[in-house]
Amino acid sequence: MLKILKYSIYDLLRSRWSYVYFFFYLILGFVLFFLNNNLDKAITTIMNIIVILTPLIGTIFGVMYYYNSKEFTELLLAQPIKRSTIFMGQYLGISLSLTLSLVLGLGIPFALYGLFRSAAIFDFSLLLLVGFFLNFIFVALAFNIAITVDNKIKGFGYAILMWLFFAVIYDGIFMITQNIYNEYPIDKFSLAATMINPIDLSRILIMLKLNLSALLGYTGAIFKQFFGSNLGFFISMAVLILWIVLPVLRMRVKLKKKDF
Amino acid sequence: MIQIEKLHKKFGKLTVLDGLDLTIQKGGIFAILGPNGSGKTTLIKCLLGMVVPDKGNIILDGKPILKQWKYRNDLNYLPQIANFPVNLSVKELIAMVKNLRPKASNEQELIDLFGLNPFMKKKLGNLSGGTKQKVNLVLTFMFDSDLIILDEPTTGLDPIALIYLKELIAKEKAKGKTILITTHIMSLVDQMADEIVFLLDGKIYFKGSVSALKTQTEQDSLEHAIAHLISKQYA
Amino acid sequence: MRYLLGLFLLFSFQLQAKTITVCSTCKVKTVAAGVALAADGDTVLVKAGLYKETNIEITKAIKIIGEGFPVLDAEGKKANIFHSENTAGFTISGFKFINVGMSYTKEIAAVFTYRCDDFTISNNKVDMCFYAFMMQRANSSQLINNKIHGKAVKETTSGNGIHLWKCDDMNIIGNVVDGMRDGIYLEHVTCSLITNNISKNNVRYGLHFMFSDNNDYYDNEFMRSGAGVAVMFSKHITMRNNLFHLNWGTASYGLLLKEIYDGFIYDNIFDQNTIGINIDGCNRINYNNNKFIKNGWALKFTGGCYTNIFNTNDFMSNAFDLSYNSHLNDNEFKYNYWSEYTGYDLDRDGIGDVPFRPVKLFSYVVNKTPESLILLSSLFVTIINFSEKVSPVFTPDNLKDATPMMKPVVSIIKPSNKDLTQ
Repeated sequence: MLKILKYSIYDLLRSRWSYVYFFFYLILGFVLFFLNNNLDKAITTIMNIIVILTPLIGTIFGVMYYYNSKEFTELLLAQPIKRSTIFMGQYLGISLSLTLSLVLGLGIPFALYGLFRSAAIFDFSLLLLVGFFLNFIFVALAFNIAITVDNKIKGFGYAILMWLFFAVIYDGIFMITQNIYNEYPIDKFSLAATMINPIDLSRILIMLKLNLSALLGYTGAIFKQFFGSNLGFFISMAVLILWIVLPVLRMRVKLKKKDF
Repeated sequence: MIQIEKLHKKFGKLTVLDGLDLTIQKGGIFAILGPNGSGKTTLIKCLLGMVVPDKGNIILDGKPILKQWKYRNDLNYLPQIANFPVNLSVKELIAMVKNLRPKASNEQELIDLFGLNPFMKKKLGNLSGGTKQKVNLVLTFMFDSDLIILDEPTTGLDPIALIYLKELIAKEKAKGKTILITTHIMSLVDQMADEIVFLLDGKIYFKGSVSALKTQTEQDSLEHAIAHLISKQYA
Repeated sequence: MRYLLGLFLLFSFQLQAKTITVCSTCKVKTVAAGVALAADGDTVLVKAGLYKETNIEITKAIKIIGEGFPVLDAEGKKANIFHSENTAGFTISGFKFINVGMSYTKEIAAVFTYRCDDFTISNNKVDMCFYAFMMQRANSSQLINNKIHGKAVKETTSGNGIHLWKCDDMNIIGNVVDGMRDGIYLEHVTCSLITNNISKNNVRYGLHFMFSDNNDYYDNEFMRSGAGVAVMFSKHITMRNNLFHLNWGTASYGLLLKEIYDGFIYDNIFDQNTIGINIDGCNRINYNNNKFIKNGWALKFTGGCYTNIFNTNDFMSNAFDLSYNSHLNDNEFKYNYWSEYTGYDLDRDGIGDVPFRPVKLFSYVVNKTPESLILLSSLFVTIINFSEKVSPVFTPDNLKDATPMMKPVVSIIKPSNKDLTQ
C-alpha cells in the first residue's frame, strides 16, 4: 500500500490543483495574519474556511481524482496488488496531500507570525486537527459516492449535493426542527444533532476552544459543559474517527463486489 | 492452462456471461472474437479479477483465482485504452510498474524497439495516442509471464509499430506462452491466431482453428466466416 | 439649642481629645470597653490581635482605628460587630472583620448603621461575613478603600457587600468587593457617587440600583458577576468610564437596565459579556462613545424602548450587535462603528455610503429558540442573515445606522489597574 500511497501523493504533488490549493491557503494565511489587524476576525475567517471549504475541496478532489484516475486504477488492477490496497493507497494519498496543503499553507504564515505569539499554538493545532479530520472524512465520503455511481457527471452532482447537505441543508432542517419543538426541552436533541454532522461538530469544537462566541454563556451552558469537558472532547474525537472508519469500511465492502 | 466453468455475470438485467465454459490449453495464440456486447471484455476482466462473476469458477494452472490477486504476477495485460496519470513521465511510469511488480523485466529492449527513447522524460499527458499505446505495449511485454492478455493491441499504432507488435507476439508464442487477444482486425487474427474462440450471447459459440471455422461456415475468408457467425444473431 | 450645645461640647472636647489604646496586654483589653470609655472626639487605637467581639455600640463621634489590621471575629454569631444608631461623625478604619453569621431572617453586617450621618468607614477588610456594611437611612457618609471578600454560592444564603437603603449623598470610593451576593446594593439612594470600585465574582450583581435616582458612577470595574451592574426603576443615572467584562454565563449581563429613564451611558467598555447591555423598557437614554468588544450580544432589547440615542459607539466582534424584539423602532443609531460593516466609502469622508443593519435574522430565531444558538456562524445561518440583509422582512425597516463609520471611533484609555486578561 505504501507504494500506491507514494505514487498517488507523487502524482498529486505534481498536479496543478494541489498547488492552487496550497497557495490559496498560503495567501489567505498571510493576508489574515499580517494584513489584518483584527485577530478575532482572522480566526473566525479561518474557522469558516476550514469548516466549509475543507469539506468542499475534499469532496471535489476525492470525486475528481477517482474518476480521472480510472484508467490508471485499471492499470493497477491488472497488477498483482490487492484491490483494497490500491484504493486505500489512493484514498490516503489524496487525503494526506490535501492535509499537507492545508497544514503548510496555513502553517507557514502562522509559524512566521507565531514566533511572537506561541500561546496560540494549541488553538491553531486544533484548527489543523479539525481540518485533517474533515479532509479524511469528506474524501472518504466522496470515494464512496464515486465507487457507487459510475456516471461521472452524476457522481459529481451527488458529491456536491452531499457537501451541500452537511454544510447547509442539515442545519436548515436542524433549525426548523428546533423551532417546531421549542416548547420541549431540546438541548439534548440539539447536542446529539450537532454531534452527528461532522461539519457542525467541527465548528462547535473550534468555537468553544477559541472562545469565539456567546455559546459559552446563555443556553450554551449544556454545550459548554459537554464539549468543554475531557469526556466531551474525546467523544467528539471518537465521532470524527467513526466518520472516517465507517465510510472506509463501506468502501472496502463495496469494492469487493465492484466491477471495473 | 485456463479452465473456466459455468461463468455467469449480469450487469443489472443484462446477462453478459451465461454459463460460459471454456478451456484454453497452455501455449499458443487465442483470438477471442464476437459481436459487440458478446462478453469478450467481461470475460477477460473476469480473468483479471476486475469483474467479479456472479457464479462459476476460473482455474488457472490448477488454482482457483477468484478473489485472489497474487496470480496476476504471472499475467501481463494490455488494457484497451491507454490512459495514464498525466503528471508522470514515461520513465517514472515504467519505474513505478516495475516497482509494483518485483520481477525481471527487459523494458530497455522494448523502448528501443518502439523508438520511445526521446519520449522518456515527457509527461504522459503530452503524448499522442499512438505513443501512449507504445508505452502501454512496453509495460505489457516487459515482464516475462506465462499468460498475456491483449485487449485491442493495435489501436493507434502506425504500420511499422504494428509489424513490431506482430513480431513480438510471435516471439512470445515461440517461448510457449499463452496469449489471448481480442481485436477487430481480422487480418491479425488470420495471420496469427492458432485458435478462435467465438462468443455469442454470453456463451462459446465456436472454438477451433481458423481453417476449421472457414470449413464450418463454408466461407473463404475469415471476415466472411465471422460475419456469417454474427449474422446468426440477427436472424 | 441642642445644636449650640453640641457645637460647644465638640469644641471643648477637641481641646482635650485623648487616645485610648486597646490591646491584649493593655489596660483596656476589648474594643467594646475602649469604645465605651471614649468620649466625642477621642480616638480608640486598636493594636493588632484577635478580638472576639460583637455588638459593639457606637454612640459618639469617635475614631476607631485599627493598627496592623486587628481581627474582629464574630465567630459565626448572628450579630453585628459594630452597631450604631442616630450617631454622626464616627470613623471606623483599619480593621479586619470576619465570620459574621448568616441569617435567613435578619440582615446582619460587620458594620450596621441606622440613621447615622457623616461617618467614614475606610481601609477595612471584610472576610466571610454575611453582609459587610449595612447602612440604613444614612446621609453624607464615606465608604472608602475597603476590601470585601466572600464565598457566596447561592443568592438565598448570601448577603451584599455594601448595602445602602434610603441614603443620600453617599460616597462609595475605591472598594473591592469579591464573591458576595450583590457587590454594592443601593435601594432608594439618591445623589450619591460610586467610583473607582472593583466588584467581581458576585452571585447576582456587581452593582445594583433599585429606585435610586440622580446617582453617578464612573471608573469602576465590574467583572464575572451575574450582571456587572443592574440598574432598575431609577432615573437620571450617569454611568461613565466603567469597565464591564467577563460577565459570562447563563443569563449574564454586563449592564442590566430595567425601567430606566433619562440616563447617560458613555465612555464605557463592555468586553466579553454574554450580553453587553440588556435594555428592558428604558426611554430617553443617551449611549455615547461606548466600546462593545466580543460580547455575545452587544445590545439586547426586551420590552418597549423609546427615543434612546446610540451615537459614536464601537461594536467589535460581537456575535450579535443588536437583538430586537419588536417591529417598531423609535431609537436612533448614528455614527457608530460596526466591525461587521462591509460597505464602502467612495467619497472618503470616513462614513460608509450604505446603511448598516445591525439586527440579524438569526437573532430572532435565537430569541424564539435559544438552543438554535448552536448553529451560530454556520453557513446556513450566514445565508439566512444575508438574505435578510438584502431584503429585510423581519427587522424594522428604519432600524439601521445610516451613517456607519469606516473606522473605530472610540479611544478610551483603560485605567491602568484594569487588566483585561485577568
